[in-house]
Amino acid sequence: MRDPASTTGGDPVSVPGSDPVPVTGRDPVSVTPAAAELIRSLRGQHGPLMFHQSGGCCDGSAPMCYPAGEFRTGGSDVRLASLVVAGVPEPVEFWISASQWELWKHTTLTVDVVPGRGSGFSLEAPEGVRFLIRSHLTPP
Amino acid sequence: MTRYDAPTHWQSRYDHFIGGEYVKPHHGRYFANPTPVTGQNFCEVARGTAEDVEKALDAAHGAADAWGRTPVAERALILNRIADRMQENLESLAIAETWENGKPVRETLAADIPLAIDHFRYFAGAIRAQEGSLGELDDDTVAYHFHEPLGVVGQIIPWNFPILMATWKLAPALAAGNAVVLKPAEQTPASIHYWLSLVADLLPPGVVNIVNGFGVEAGKPLASSPRVAKVAFTGETTTGRLIMQYASEHIRPVTLELGGKSPNIFFDDVSASRDDFFDKALEGFTMFALNQGEVCTCPSRALIQQGHYADFLAAAVDRTRAVRQGHPLDTETMIGAQASNDQLEKILSYLDIGRQEGAKVLTGGSRADLGGDLSGGYYVEPTIFEGHNSMRIFQEEIFGPVVSVTSFADLSDAVKIANDTLYGLGAGVWTRDMNTAYRAGRAIQAGRVWTNCYHAYPAHAAFGGYKQSGIGRENHKMMLEHYQQTKNLLVSYSPKKLGFF
Repeated sequence: MRDPASTTGGDPVSVPGSDPVPVTGRDPVSVTPAAAELIRSLRGQHGPLMFHQSGGCCDGSAPMCYPAGEFRTGGSDVRLASLVVAGVPEPVEFWISASQWELWKHTTLTVDVVPGRGSGFSLEAPEGVRFLIRSHLTPP
Repeated sequence: MTRYDAPTHWQSRYDHFIGGEYVKPHHGRYFANPTPVTGQNFCEVARGTAEDVEKALDAAHGAADAWGRTPVAERALILNRIADRMQENLESLAIAETWENGKPVRETLAADIPLAIDHFRYFAGAIRAQEGSLGELDDDTVAYHFHEPLGVVGQIIPWNFPILMATWKLAPALAAGNAVVLKPAEQTPASIHYWLSLVADLLPPGVVNIVNGFGVEAGKPLASSPRVAKVAFTGETTTGRLIMQYASEHIRPVTLELGGKSPNIFFDDVSASRDDFFDKALEGFTMFALNQGEVCTCPSRALIQQGHYADFLAAAVDRTRAVRQGHPLDTETMIGAQASNDQLEKILSYLDIGRQEGAKVLTGGSRADLGGDLSGGYYVEPTIFEGHNSMRIFQEEIFGPVVSVTSFADLSDAVKIANDTLYGLGAGVWTRDMNTAYRAGRAIQAGRVWTNCYHAYPAHAAFGGYKQSGIGRENHKMMLEHYQQTKNLLVSYSPKKLGFF
């Protein structure tokens, strides 16, 4: 599940009031085929989706998947990507807080999925799986 | 050395505990609960939904008024009796907690359960000692301030110390006279029910209600319900923000504990002598492995002053290599299993990015296979990385037995690195010079600065975060006020009118 998938992130977009996302020549977020399959399944059950990358304790560092609009983003957030996933009618926005992105921006993120129990209010937990971020240094 | 047998006191299935009795989940669904020790399932647990949360809120609202009017002496007595029952069953509670969470039994025997027992006793005492106030505004006018319970509160518990973290939230809420609907973590849903089997008869029905289930199915209906007066949550930042967003819809308070990336600072004079203090400081360094690193205040950044950097670090690597990894029910075991498979995978992903960023692995760095039954469990070697503070392994809470080490030049450099983080929950300062200790402790932006100690969690010492680490202070009588309203009666004792009308 480690290889980046054919599905990729769209152009990084900066939000007024937050730091602009540097254009690196490579998508900042991609998804593995297994993650794409799970996104399709969750889209079928819950409608349009979004991600917000968490930080901190316990299940921090996990990407949280919600129905689109469930988590209210604001000026303190950066939209890293609008993920285009085959079989999902609309792009899936991927967000992170601007302060956290400042510390992560030298890396490229891949959304993967592993067996697990999950936590937080992320939609996939009852399926017995958990979205997981794998990170790679972004080539200069 | 003692090696306990796997606990057998589990029920095969746990329902929700609502209104003083066990109630089946509305949709009749359950989920399997594995032990991280072996990865094998040992019971199944009700998969709660909004309907179950509503039923629990009904029970809590039915009980809250009478509980809030119960004399504090009686509430305190019940908390003390809960503590007594736990004391009588300390060993079986410790074994249950180890099987549930994967942590070594010597920690649950010596820390988790004794701390939980003392916590109930502390808040039993604190509520007896709490008084309102009065202000004598003038000869005829008095302002009285009363503490009143909030009513029904929601509590969402993390998986790293299932019984102790539930206690941190339950004890002050109950002491203050609130009824509670509590959702345990889905990774560790069972040990709280074993605890409940020991104490349920002490509590009036409906005062404590436990709804199990997944965050999205049971936690969200609880956190977003207009029927709770306050939500307490320990976890991560995105869920913390989401809970604040729900709270904003109803204009009600939250307390949040959202983690950290705690610096542990070792000044040169620590190495001035090879004495007990030096030995204690090395233990302080190795505290990153306590509870497998699954602690919000894990000392996961070690800052070592340049003058003794190489020698101290070499001694710290030796101390870390001496950490015994083994069966969590063996009293000689120092580090057990990570709590879940996804937690294991996350830690491994950080070991990967740490190497990619050029951090040097001084010891550990891999998953551990302990053989036999334990091969299916979730074990990670205690790991020391050497690198610099801008690396992601220095900035993110890995929540595993992983410490990232760097050096500093002087006090101001140490403080600068220590504060270069989004979080501010805990910190450690080690020095023989009390002036340095004081200056560093006051300058570090964190709610708790352990000074010449680490990872002590006594009741009576306030615990909570600066910055993105959260809101509120647990472990202290000030937490009572996070579960109380202030009622002001402004009373005039004058029969004379003001003269306006």
